Amino acid sequence: MSNIPVELKYTRTHEWVRHNDDGSVTVGITDNAQDQLGDMVYIEVPEVGQSVSAQEACAVVESVKAASDVYSPISGEVVEVNETLADTPETVNQDAYGAGWLFRVQPADAGDLDALMDGDAYAGFLEDEAH
Amino acid sequence: MPFIPHTEADVQDMLATIGAGDIETLFDEIPANLRAGKLSGVPEGMNEQEVSRLMLERAEQDGRPLCFMGAGAYDHHIPAAVWEITTRGEFYSAYTPYQAEASQGTLQLIYEFQTMMSGLTALDVSNASLYDGASGLAEAVLMAIRANRKSKSHRVLVPTAVHPHYRKTARTIVRNQGIELVELPYSPQGGNTLLEALEPYTGQDIAALVIQQPNFFGILEDVDALTDWAHAQGALVIGVANPISLALLKPPGRWGSAGADIACGEGQPLGVPLMSGGPYFGYMCCKMELVRQMPGRIVGRTIDRDGRQGFTLTLQAREQHIRRSKATSNICTNQGLLVTAATIYMSLLGAEGLRRVALACHENTRKLVAALTANDCVQPLFNRPYFHEVPLQLSLPADGIVRSLHAHNILPGYLLSKEYPELADTLLVCATEVRTDADIATYAGHLNRAIGAQTAAGCPVKPKMA
Repeated sequence: MSNIPVELKYTRTHEWVRHNDDGSVTVGITDNAQDQLGDMVYIEVPEVGQSVSAQEACAVVESVKAASDVYSPISGEVVEVNETLADTPETVNQDAYGAGWLFRVQPADAGDLDALMDGDAYAGFLEDEAH
Repeated sequence: MPFIPHTEADVQDMLATIGAGDIETLFDEIPANLRAGKLSGVPEGMNEQEVSRLMLERAEQDGRPLCFMGAGAYDHHIPAAVWEITTRGEFYSAYTPYQAEASQGTLQLIYEFQTMMSGLTALDVSNASLYDGASGLAEAVLMAIRANRKSKSHRVLVPTAVHPHYRKTARTIVRNQGIELVELPYSPQGGNTLLEALEPYTGQDIAALVIQQPNFFGILEDVDALTDWAHAQGALVIGVANPISLALLKPPGRWGSAGADIACGEGQPLGVPLMSGGPYFGYMCCKMELVRQMPGRIVGRTIDRDGRQGFTLTLQAREQHIRRSKATSNICTNQGLLVTAATIYMSLLGAEGLRRVALACHENTRKLVAALTANDCVQPLFNRPYFHEVPLQLSLPADGIVRSLHAHNILPGYLLSKEYPELADTLLVCATEVRTDADIATYAGHLNRAIGAQTAAGCPVKPKMA
């Protein structure tokens, strides 16, 4: 059973979203996603200042098995990216919900977060996907 | 035994299963106006004896002229061992195998090729080759657009002194992707690309600058100044270089203060015969930080669990069998056999041999220019240093002269007016290491006679080496 923190929001494309106190949201890939992909070898993060739309591919995580797009869970502007992943992509495997975060977005409309799944819904979604 | 595994019954079974009437209906979605129609001039089928004869007859149509033409493909000496080894069964197979378990020899050869090309270009990584120099430039432009994430523009500056075929190929491939190739003029005096031509773009958002060295005219560009200008604008630098010239000239990786970011070009001079125009191969090298945007295959060296050296394809996540439409390129192959020949060619010559070839080319071209310009009707068009090609301008119509030299089985050079209408009566001439003093004298003699026959008084011929 993979680790699904209850305080986070989730997407059907396996990103997690943390709503920060300053109104921005931090985005990463879920523990389940990193486990499926395997050892990370390269992470391509978006550019700071880039505007992104919900469900738009804006980052790439490449593992020994595959290269996969990461989709922005929400529309807005990228305000910070995790530069340390360039040298230590394995952080995503080791700490998917912490030091392995990918980028931070200032949402155009924070209300869009309501459309995302909570932890229970994501757990159910994984359950369905497994069958 | 037929090489097509499906019998007519198999085909009918498959069609019935998917509910299609005939094979033609599978192509319904291709609009009729895009269909090329039937191939004409390709016979239904021929046996080996007929094919051999046909191909020999076609090859003989090229004749064996005395070649002073370059313009992108060059007549070099190829040691006999190169194709003797290349055509051994172990290399000369119908398909290039990459399974690490079965193909260590092929993979090691490609790895050695990459190492040699990285050395020649002074860049960190090389791929396993591309189709040819022209498509190599198109791939380099696409790569630069992907790699230059600081640039929001899709504009790439391309001097008109870059090979015209390369520019056309690049335009064909990139134009539907919203990429703008902006052409820069060459200096009428020097034939090179001046910083003044770049000035209008200073401070603008440019994704990349292409620099060919030597350029299509054979002229040496001021690569350091051009490279530094591009980097100051946040643009990447794509160097297009003749690999033979790299044995003498400063390699792209050392241009300017930071070096070109990508180098590409035509590999034909490295042991590949002219062969009526192809197949040739393209090479591409780049800085390590751009490797994930590089198209094509890359072979890496590693060790297995027992600590033994082995070779395998690497960084395949960039390729289309994994990334599909988001792959770095949809040409995920390489010219395996030609790369085999090039690798053996470079191994046999070594660094010193390659340098001697380049020096001999330059020396022979200087002799050629001296011999031809002894005639007052023939003048160098530009005043800049060159490698092994030079445009020579005639003061009378070149067509008749060229016809006359063809009649004497001499290829006198490339008429630049085909691609540069402003350069009338100008021949781009080239003498590689295989042209002897006697060859050059033969060309000069026939040229003088042809000019004499076409001018009432004839042009006065100065004493040679005056």
